Amino acid sequence: MSPVRETIGFTLNGAPVSAEVSPVARLSAVLRDELGATGTKLGCDAGDCGACTVLVDGAAVCACLMPAASAAGRRVTTVEGLANGRLSALQASFLRHGAAQCGICTPGFLVAATALLDRNPAPSEEEVRDALGGVLCRCTGYRKIIAAVIDAGLLETGRDSPPPETGRAVGAAVMRLDGAAKVTGTDRFGADERPADALSVLVIRSPHWHARFSFGDLDGFVAARPGLAAVFTAADIPGRNRFGVIGPFADQPALAEGTARFRGEAVALVAGEPAAIAALDPTEFPIDWHALPHVLDPAEAVAEGAGLVHEDRPGNILTQGLVARGDAEAAIAAAAVSVSGTIETAYVEHAYIEPEAGYAVFDGDTLVVRACTQAPYMDRDDTAAVLGLPPDKVRIVPAATGGGFGSKLDVSLQPLVGLVALKTGRPAVLAYTRADSMASTTKRHPASMRATLAANADGRIAGLAFAGDFNTGAYASWGPTVANRVPVHACGPYLTPNYRASARAVHTNGPVAGAFRGFGVPQATIMLETLYDALAAKLGIDRLELRRRNALADGDRTATGQVLASGVGIGACLAALEPHWRRALADAETANAAAGDGTVRRGVGIASCWYGCGNTSLPNPSTIRVGISPAGRVVLHQGAVDIGQGSNTVIAQICADAAGLPLVAFSLIDGDTAHTPDAGKTSASRQTYVSGKAAEKAGRALREKILRYANVSSQARIEIEPGLLVVREGEARRQIALDTLPLDGRGYVFSAEESYDPPTTALDENGQGVPYAVYGYGAQIVELAVDRSLGTVALLKITAAHDVGRAINPQLAEGQIEGGIAQGIGMALMEDYVPGRTENLHDYLIPTIGDVPPIETILVEIADPEGPFGAKGLGEHVLIPTAPAILNAIRDATGVLVDRLPATPSRVLAAIRAAEAGR
Amino acid sequence: MANYARPQGLEEALDLLAEGRWRVLAGGTDFYPGQGARPIRENILDINRLDALRGISRTDDAYVVGARTTWSELIAHDLPPSFDALKAAAREVGSVQIQNAATVAGNLCNASPAADGAPPLLVLDASVEIAARAGRRRVPLGAFVRGNRETALAPDEMVVALVVPRTATAGGSGFVKLGARRYLVISIAMAAARVALAEDGTIGEIALALGACSPVARRMTGLEHALRGRRPETALDFGPDQLVELTPIDDVRASAAYRREAAAEILRRAIRQACDDGAGKEKAA
Repeated sequence: MSPVRETIGFTLNGAPVSAEVSPVARLSAVLRDELGATGTKLGCDAGDCGACTVLVDGAAVCACLMPAASAAGRRVTTVEGLANGRLSALQASFLRHGAAQCGICTPGFLVAATALLDRNPAPSEEEVRDALGGVLCRCTGYRKIIAAVIDAGLLETGRDSPPPETGRAVGAAVMRLDGAAKVTGTDRFGADERPADALSVLVIRSPHWHARFSFGDLDGFVAARPGLAAVFTAADIPGRNRFGVIGPFADQPALAEGTARFRGEAVALVAGEPAAIAALDPTEFPIDWHALPHVLDPAEAVAEGAGLVHEDRPGNILTQGLVARGDAEAAIAAAAVSVSGTIETAYVEHAYIEPEAGYAVFDGDTLVVRACTQAPYMDRDDTAAVLGLPPDKVRIVPAATGGGFGSKLDVSLQPLVGLVALKTGRPAVLAYTRADSMASTTKRHPASMRATLAANADGRIAGLAFAGDFNTGAYASWGPTVANRVPVHACGPYLTPNYRASARAVHTNGPVAGAFRGFGVPQATIMLETLYDALAAKLGIDRLELRRRNALADGDRTATGQVLASGVGIGACLAALEPHWRRALADAETANAAAGDGTVRRGVGIASCWYGCGNTSLPNPSTIRVGISPAGRVVLHQGAVDIGQGSNTVIAQICADAAGLPLVAFSLIDGDTAHTPDAGKTSASRQTYVSGKAAEKAGRALREKILRYANVSSQARIEIEPGLLVVREGEARRQIALDTLPLDGRGYVFSAEESYDPPTTALDENGQGVPYAVYGYGAQIVELAVDRSLGTVALLKITAAHDVGRAINPQLAEGQIEGGIAQGIGMALMEDYVPGRTENLHDYLIPTIGDVPPIETILVEIADPEGPFGAKGLGEHVLIPTAPAILNAIRDATGVLVDRLPATPSRVLAAIRAAEAGR
Repeated sequence: MANYARPQGLEEALDLLAEGRWRVLAGGTDFYPGQGARPIRENILDINRLDALRGISRTDDAYVVGARTTWSELIAHDLPPSFDALKAAAREVGSVQIQNAATVAGNLCNASPAADGAPPLLVLDASVEIAARAGRRRVPLGAFVRGNRETALAPDEMVVALVVPRTATAGGSGFVKLGARRYLVISIAMAAARVALAEDGTIGEIALALGACSPVARRMTGLEHALRGRRPETALDFGPDQLVELTPIDDVRASAAYRREAAAEILRRAIRQACDDGAGKEKAA
C-alpha cells in the first residue's frame, strides 16, 4: 500500500509552484514543508486559531483545513506575498501601532485583514472585528490590531515615526526593534526550521490520570515499520531523569518510569523518518496500561487516607507559605465590621498560539537545542542534567517564541529531542500538536480560597485572614513559588496591620500547574477585591473611597514588615481613576434608570493590584554585555528573552540612554547561551527592572570606558559613525578610529558587562522580611452590562491605571496592559481547562477580537528608587485587577457575586436565580 | 490512505460509493479537525470537483442548495426573509475562513448537536436529497440527523442537495446563538424561528427549533401549536415547561437547568426577530 501522491501546482504569491504530495495533505503542510513558505503559522490544525489563514483566489481560508488538491490551479497568497519590495500599508501600520507582539498570529491577521481591505478600504471597527473574528491572539488584547487595520485603510505607507534622539530613547514610543520580521513572516519560530537529515519524533503519552505501564515488543514494533529509527524510554536516559524549575523540588521525569502520574505525561519517544512518523498511529504502540486510583480534587487529596501522588510528600502537600503580622484573629473579632467569602478558580491554559516546537543537533560534542523558550539558561541546565552532559556541552539557541506567559519557563521538548539526537547522532525535530501542548504543559493553579476582611467603623482595615489551597497537579513545577508569593500579596496594596495568610500547594493527578502570569496572585486578588466590595457595602462607603483610604503610601510597612520608603504608586493610580469612576457610575445609573426593569442592567467594578518584581527572597541576577565593534555598531548581548513583551526594544532603549549612544546604532544578539550572558528568565515581571538595571549599569560602564579613553569628563557627548567614535566636550572634539584599536577579550573595541541582583532578604517563619526590592501597582475599572435573562456579560469599557515607575516605552507598556486585560477577561468569563475534555481551542475558549472592549490606559509614573530610570515591572500586574473588577461589576449590576470562576452565563444566571429564591 | 478518488461527475462518484467504502471529503473543515494528527487510513472520495453540486437554484416548488454550497455563497445569495435565520447562522459558523470553505450540507452530515445550520433549516422544513447508484431519496432533516454524529446516510449514499419547499418560506425569520464568547464559538444553545402573520395580525404560520440543547436539534411543535393564532405582542409569555420536546443536556458549556431556561428566552428573541423581519409582509416566495 503505497501512499497516493500527485503533483499539485498552483500560483503562490504570483509565482507558479508545484509539489508532489498527497492530495489530501493539508495546504498548510504543503506550504511550510514542501515549499518553504513558513510565514504561514500553525497553531491548532483545526481551524480554531486562524494563524494559518491564507487567501485562495482572494478568499480567506484556514490552510490547515484545505486539501492540497483543492488548491490546484488557484491563486494562493500568504504573508510572504503582502510586501512588494517594501512593507504594505497594513504591515507598516501593524508595526507603527505595536499590533504585533510575539508575532505568531500576525501573519494570520495580516492576511485576513488584507482580504477585508481589498474589498473595503475604510472598514468600521465592527467590520474589522467580523473579518478578524477567526484569528486568535493571546498577547495583544486585539485593540492595537483593530487600530492598525482601520489606520492602514486611511494612511499612506511609510509614515514611520523617526528614531529617538540620542539620550531620549527612554520614554519614547519606539517601534519594536525586532518588529519587521514579525510582519513579513520571516521570524523563525520553533517549528520553522528543520535541519537536513533530521529525524521526526513522536511522543507517546499517558491516556490515564494515574497508571502503571509496561512496554511490549519495542524492537519488533520498530522492525515492522520501515523508516522508524528507534523507540526511547526512561531506561535510555543517561542522566538524572528529573527536571524542575526549582532545584530542591525537581521531581518530573522527562519520560515516566513505569508509572504515569497525569494524563498526557510522556512515557516514550518514537523517532523516525518524517514520512514514517506521519504514518504512525500512536494507538498501535506496544504498551500495557494498568490504571491506578487517582485523585483530582485537592480537598480529597489532603483528606485523611488519600493516596499519595509522591511517596515522600505526606498529605499530598508539596509546600506551604505563610505571612503573619500582628494578630489577625483578634483584630477581626474586635473590628466594627467584617465580611467573609470563598472563591474557587479553574485550571487556566496559557493557550499561546505557538505550540512548543524545536530541534536538537550536535555541533561537534556540543548539543545545540533551538526551541521556543522563556529561560535559556534554565533549559540548558535541566537538559544537561537529564542527558548526563556538562552544562557547557549544551547550547540553547532560543527560537522566536510565540507567547509564553509562564509555561515556556519549564522545559518541554528540549530533553526529548536532545535524547534522540544524543542516542542516534542525528538531528531530531519535534513540534507539539495543540493537543500535546495542552495535555502536557503547565497550567494556572486552580485555587480554593477563603478569607475574612475586617475594618473599623471609619473604614480603616483592621485585619485580614486568608487561606488558600492551590492545586499544583502531579509535579512541583512552580508550585512552591505560588505558595510563597500568594501570602505576600493576598492583602493587596493596602495597609493591613493584622494579617495572616497561608497558601498550600497540593498535589493531585491533574495537569502540572506552574507559572502563569502572576503566580497565584491573580487568584488571591479575586478573593481580596471581592471582599473589599462587600466591606464597602456593609460600611456604606464608596468602593473606590474605601480603597483609597487604605492604600499603601510611602513610609508604610507591608504585611511582611518591609518599609516602602518611596515609589508607592497605588494612591496615584486610584486618584487617576477617580474622575473615570464618577463618570462610569453616573453613566450606569443613567442607563439603568432608562432601562427601568429591563433585562439588561449595567454595572461598574474596580479592583487594584500590587506585585513584587523578581524572585521572592531568592537571588535573581541578570547580566548584560554591550560592546562597540570595529565597524561602529553597538552590539547588545540581550539575554532577556523577548517572547513578545518587548524586552529586545526596552532593554536596548535603557542601555542606549545609559551609554549616551543613539538607539539606531544598536544591534542585538539574542539569548543564545554560547554568546550571551545569563539575563535570567522572562518571568516575574523582572526583565525591565532587573535586566534593565543590568543594561543600565552596562551602558554606563561602557560610556565610562570610552570617556576615560578619550580623557574627557562625564559631560561629554559621544557620537558614533561607521568605524568611528566622535567624542565632544565644549570646543574639544576627539575622534576615535575604531579599526585602529585592539580588540578586548570579548572581541570589541570597548565593552562592558554588568550584573544586577535585586537586594532582598529571606523571609522568616512568619514571612517577615524583604521579599522584593521593587513593587508595581495598578487599578482597573470595568464597565459592563449583564443580561439578566441569559446570564451573559457584555463588557463596555475598561479603564486601567498602572504605575510603571517610568514608561520606558509607552506603546509597549500599553500593549502589555491591553494583553493582560484580555487574559483577565478570559479567566473571569470563559476559561476553564478540563483535562481530557478541552484539549483544543474550540472547547477551551479564550477571548476573541469581539470579546475585548475599548481600553483606556493611564500610565502613572511614580519613580522607583531602585529601578532603571525609575522603572518598575508591569507584565503580570496588568492581568491581576481585571477578573475581580469584572466580578465586582457583575455584582454591581445584579446584586450577586459569582464565587466560582469562570463566570459563564450558566453560572451567572444560576447565581441570580439563587439570590431571587433566597429573597 | 488506501485509495483516493476525485471524480469529475456524480455518476462516477456514486459508482465508487457502490463499489467500496469511502469517506467523503468536501470543505474539509470537519474532516481535518476530526482527523487530528492521526494518519488517514480510509479511502477518500474528494467531491470538490463535482461542480454540479455547487450553488443555489429555485424550482417551481423549492429552493435547492447544492451539497457543495459554502456558507459564504449562501450569505451572498439573494433569498427571501424566511432564509434570514439561516444566513444569520451562516455568519456564526466558525469564522469567515470557515464560512468560505465549509459547506451547508457538510454541517448536517457532521451531525454535531451544535450544528449551526440545523435549527434554521428545520424551521424551513428542509429535506436532504440523497443519491446512490440505485436511485435518489429525500429525507426530512429531522429524520436525517439521528443522533450525535449519526445520520441516515447508508455507506453507498451521499448528500447531493438540501431542499427547502416553497410552502415553508413564508414570513420572516430569526436566529439567536448563545455562547460564551463572540466569535468562533460552539453554541450553548441556539434558537431559530420563522413566523408568518395572518391578515388580522395573529400568528398564522410558526416554526420553531432549538439546537445545541439536546443530542439532535429539534422542532418545538408543542409550542408552535400553542402560539398559532395568538398575537405576537402577547404570546411571548411562555416558559420552559412549554418546551415539551426539550430534553436538555448537561456539559462543560452549561447545565441542563440553564439550557432549559435560556432556551425559552432565546426562542422568544428569535420570534421577535422573525416578527421584525417581515413576518407580516412576506408570503411564501
